[in-house]
Amino acid sequence: MALTQPQSQPGPGGEGPSRAEHGIRQPLSATERVLAVFTYFLTVYKRTWRGSIIGRFLSPLFFLLAMGIGLGSLVDDRVGGVEGLPYLQFVVPAIVATQTMWVAMGESTYQVLGYIKWNMGYHAMLATPMTVRDVLRGHFLAVAAHLTTATAIFMAVASLFGGFGSVAAVFCLPIAVLTGLAFTTPIFAFTARQEGDNGFNILFRWIVTPLMLFSGTFFPIEQLPGWMQPIAWATPLWHGVEACRAVATGAVVWTPFVGHLLVLAGYAAVGWWLAERSFAKRLVP
Amino acid sequence: MTDDSLPDNEILLSATGLTKTFGEFTAVDGIDFAVRKGECFGFLGPNGAGKSSTMRMVGCVSPVTSGELRLFGLDPAGNGPAIRARLGSCPQRDTLDEELTVEENLWIYGRYFGLSRKEVRSRAAELLDFAQLTDRAGDKVEPLSGGMKRRLTIARSLINSPEILLLDEPTTGLDPQARHVLWDRLFRLKRSGVTLVLTTHYMDEAEQLCDRLVVMDHGRIVAEGSPRSLIDEFSTREVLELRFDAEDHKDFAEQVTGIGERVEVLPDRLLVYADDGEQAAAVVHSRGIEPLSSLVRRATLEDVFLHLTGRTLVD
Repeated sequence: MALTQPQSQPGPGGEGPSRAEHGIRQPLSATERVLAVFTYFLTVYKRTWRGSIIGRFLSPLFFLLAMGIGLGSLVDDRVGGVEGLPYLQFVVPAIVATQTMWVAMGESTYQVLGYIKWNMGYHAMLATPMTVRDVLRGHFLAVAAHLTTATAIFMAVASLFGGFGSVAAVFCLPIAVLTGLAFTTPIFAFTARQEGDNGFNILFRWIVTPLMLFSGTFFPIEQLPGWMQPIAWATPLWHGVEACRAVATGAVVWTPFVGHLLVLAGYAAVGWWLAERSFAKRLVP
Repeated sequence: MTDDSLPDNEILLSATGLTKTFGEFTAVDGIDFAVRKGECFGFLGPNGAGKSSTMRMVGCVSPVTSGELRLFGLDPAGNGPAIRARLGSCPQRDTLDEELTVEENLWIYGRYFGLSRKEVRSRAAELLDFAQLTDRAGDKVEPLSGGMKRRLTIARSLINSPEILLLDEPTTGLDPQARHVLWDRLFRLKRSGVTLVLTTHYMDEAEQLCDRLVVMDHGRIVAEGSPRSLIDEFSTREVLELRFDAEDHKDFAEQVTGIGERVEVLPDRLLVYADDGEQAAAVVHSRGIEPLSSLVRRATLEDVFLHLTGRTLVD
């Protein structure tokens, strides 16, 4: 899109003319565009944050209590932990990564279809100088903010329970956000191709739930039958779990670690590209 | 405003051979029109005539398949954001955020146009006054009436002080009183110099608001002019409506042949087109024909549409 052409007339008073004056309006900068969309989602979030924070936070807390502490004490007593770690410290970084997958699902399915189809919020934006690209950037930024908040709160609570063995665990936060984005962008692309919510049930039942169970979250994938392991390698969650666990335990082996991050970044990037395509196709027919 | 001698720079919006297809389906089939600054221009036609597809292209939210479209002299391909910065758009379905408050909806929208926080607040206050929603400013949108939501949508579309306001079926689904309130607001806008482009399938709305309009059917323009000139051209001054006690009014059509200029047969009545309706009624009576009811009225755009397409506007 030609953002700078035609050039706006420089205004008399330094700041330029108001954008509500007739004639050629001064184009918005890329930052103004993203922030305008982000501001909208922030305003929505201000109305709903209580419910959403509690919901987002309770279910990983239940996992922490059930798996980390309940199952963990059993595992630690019988086999002395997993991979040399107390079970709680094995499982908490994985829950951090897994939680972002759930948040990504929550933010990228019904809500997005709502903006496409039910309340037509995206259409409202696209009738302004905003483009599909701006809308996606602003919305992804809002999801990233959400992922950051949800992860930070969970990590703070988990650390009170002794869930982390090293202060380097703070680096779980950016890795978890990246993991969340690796799910968010492809799911946005998927959602933009849905007519109703049937697809979401399939996504939850056949993708998200199995991933949570078989991505090395609660036990190392080496425990799985050999043929299942390559499936775990191909999915983003395993990479997020492994990378979070590596920094949380302070035992980073660089080659696989960088590889994990690259896979996550790859998912996010390809998903983003697909999302732009399916959004344009759906919203600007 | 139908003077063709106006200079070209007064034309804000023009289309030549404008076409929109979706796969095999042609929604808009090569239409030409031009809208001048300050006028109210209408697209009148039944559902499915291609009005909304045209409006979406004009609003730069749907790419042109072929033909030429220019707004403010700019091509929407490649200038979408620059053009949309100068447009107001009021879609057929309200796209308000019902979870937010009335004023939040305006504030948020102003940001999309790059207005400063301060400017958005002062404009929002003015627009709420204009839309008669000041006392609901802090309320959520969801419980508002249909008419209020429409007025809010219009207020929102004015946040950037647009040079052209696009209204896609602005009063569809509203009760008569809400429609009149809305028309009054649109009149005020027009008087303040905003160019209005609207679609409607209500002939009374087109007659009330439009300086000039095109009649659309099956993606094509079938007539163009002011409401008055279209009626003069395609209809007689008056219409005599006859209702009979019959399942099919076709049987009575022959009995009234020769009365007035022509007769249209509708399932539930006969329309006799005559410049003097009372006189035509007298002739009907003198032939000994006894309808259940007979009514003389002035011709409307509905009659124009019926004549041009053989169908009524609202089925």
